[in-house]
Amino acid sequence: MSTGELAVSIHDLRVRRGGHLVLPGILLEIRRGIVTGLLGPSGSGKTTLMRSIVGVQIVESGEVTVLGAPAGSRELRRLVGYVTQAPSVYGDLTVRENLHYFARVLDAPDARIDEAIRTVALGGQTSQVVGTLSGGERSRVSLATALLGRPQLLVLDEPTVGLDPVLRRDLWTTFHDIAAGGTTLLVSSHVMDEAERCDDLILLREGRIVATGAPDELRSRTHADDLEEAFLVLAQAS
Amino acid sequence: MSARVTLATAGRVLRQLRRDRRTLALVLLVPPLLLTLLKYVFYGQEETFKRVGPPLVGIFPFVTMFLVSSIAMLRERTAGTLERLMSLPLAKLDLLVGYGLAFALIAALQGTLAAAVGFGLLGLDSAGPIWLVVVLAVANAVLGMALGLFLSAFARTEFQAVQFMPAFVLPQFLLAGLLVPRDEMARVLELVSGVMPMTYAYDALARATADDLGRRLALDALVIAGFTVLALVLGATTLRRRTP
Repeated sequence: MSTGELAVSIHDLRVRRGGHLVLPGILLEIRRGIVTGLLGPSGSGKTTLMRSIVGVQIVESGEVTVLGAPAGSRELRRLVGYVTQAPSVYGDLTVRENLHYFARVLDAPDARIDEAIRTVALGGQTSQVVGTLSGGERSRVSLATALLGRPQLLVLDEPTVGLDPVLRRDLWTTFHDIAAGGTTLLVSSHVMDEAERCDDLILLREGRIVATGAPDELRSRTHADDLEEAFLVLAQAS
Repeated sequence: MSARVTLATAGRVLRQLRRDRRTLALVLLVPPLLLTLLKYVFYGQEETFKRVGPPLVGIFPFVTMFLVSSIAMLRERTAGTLERLMSLPLAKLDLLVGYGLAFALIAALQGTLAAAVGFGLLGLDSAGPIWLVVVLAVANAVLGMALGLFLSAFARTEFQAVQFMPAFVLPQFLLAGLLVPRDEMARVLELVSGVMPMTYAYDALARATADDLGRRLALDALVIAGFTVLALVLGATTLRRRTP
């Protein structure tokens, strides 16, 4: 695969957090323009891997290349959108005030603010103070913020936790719409039924990549009926 | 650095403060109320009140902004917004100067109100120009803010950040020369007070209110500016793009 088709390429990434080797050596490639799911149980290193890709994680060694540049480079700050698991927005500002501020930082036109609000279906709450929103609504504000700059790579850490099923389905549709526009998405989840909605999967367990591939491919490789079972087979084989 | 991002940050900080009406009211009303309290504490000693009152008008903003800014930055850290900002095209100085502009504006209001009440209603007087007291109050506020932003990096919780007030600000207040002239202190304390920012803040205010507008005042102003820049630079080093 040529580097032009890759959004992310990781070589021998080792990360230590709090003295513990969280990622003991990751080798990984993520294709451009598709939705890649990062699946694994809580504590498997998903967040650490995502932080390394965004470039906010201090790494011990290894190479992480994002959109052709070393992760965390200055030029990537405009091109990579990152949504942390805990919504990182200002609780004492309204939805619109939050988006307005981040739009100024990203130098995004005001029209994007309404666009982002529509995308996450928060049209009715624009003048509500974020601190008074529900947890799910707050994480959608956080997601909307990351959409403002029209990033080429969008890294979403468990964006659908605590959302109602209808909204969750809508958001996954949105993810695919965004990908259809050429953006690469990396979405983490610990729920296997979400894996079905991804174009490509990375299964992570105890800091090691157990398998990668499209959902169909993983199922047929393991002769499993569903991905939950496929994950078990792959985890035991590794 | 970008003027757009700096101004947007200042606007955002002000909007957050505006929403917190109680804090805003405390910031603006506590200094005049304390001055009033002080007037009646020194009821029989008008002279003492007239000596300590005017410099206090310019010292209050230092203390307030130190506290407010250290808590505000701590919140940015714990809420994850700092991490998000550090992954965006925002220069560290955009953030720090944005905070500085917002707090300078609040300090200008605070200083003006305290000066109006102190000099207008409580009978304080200044031999020098009163506007200079307000200008120094703003400068001290920015200094207090810069120190607060820097020190907040060493606090994990709001409890710890609040304790920095008695730990770092109170000693400076005791040694600044307001309560006891510095040359009457134990030699070692006099030397220690010589490296404390508030000493220069107080000295500038004492000279301004005594209409002693010479080179020493200019030197004080320069030292205040120097401490502010130093604290901002040190503060910038505590903002990390990458964290463990």
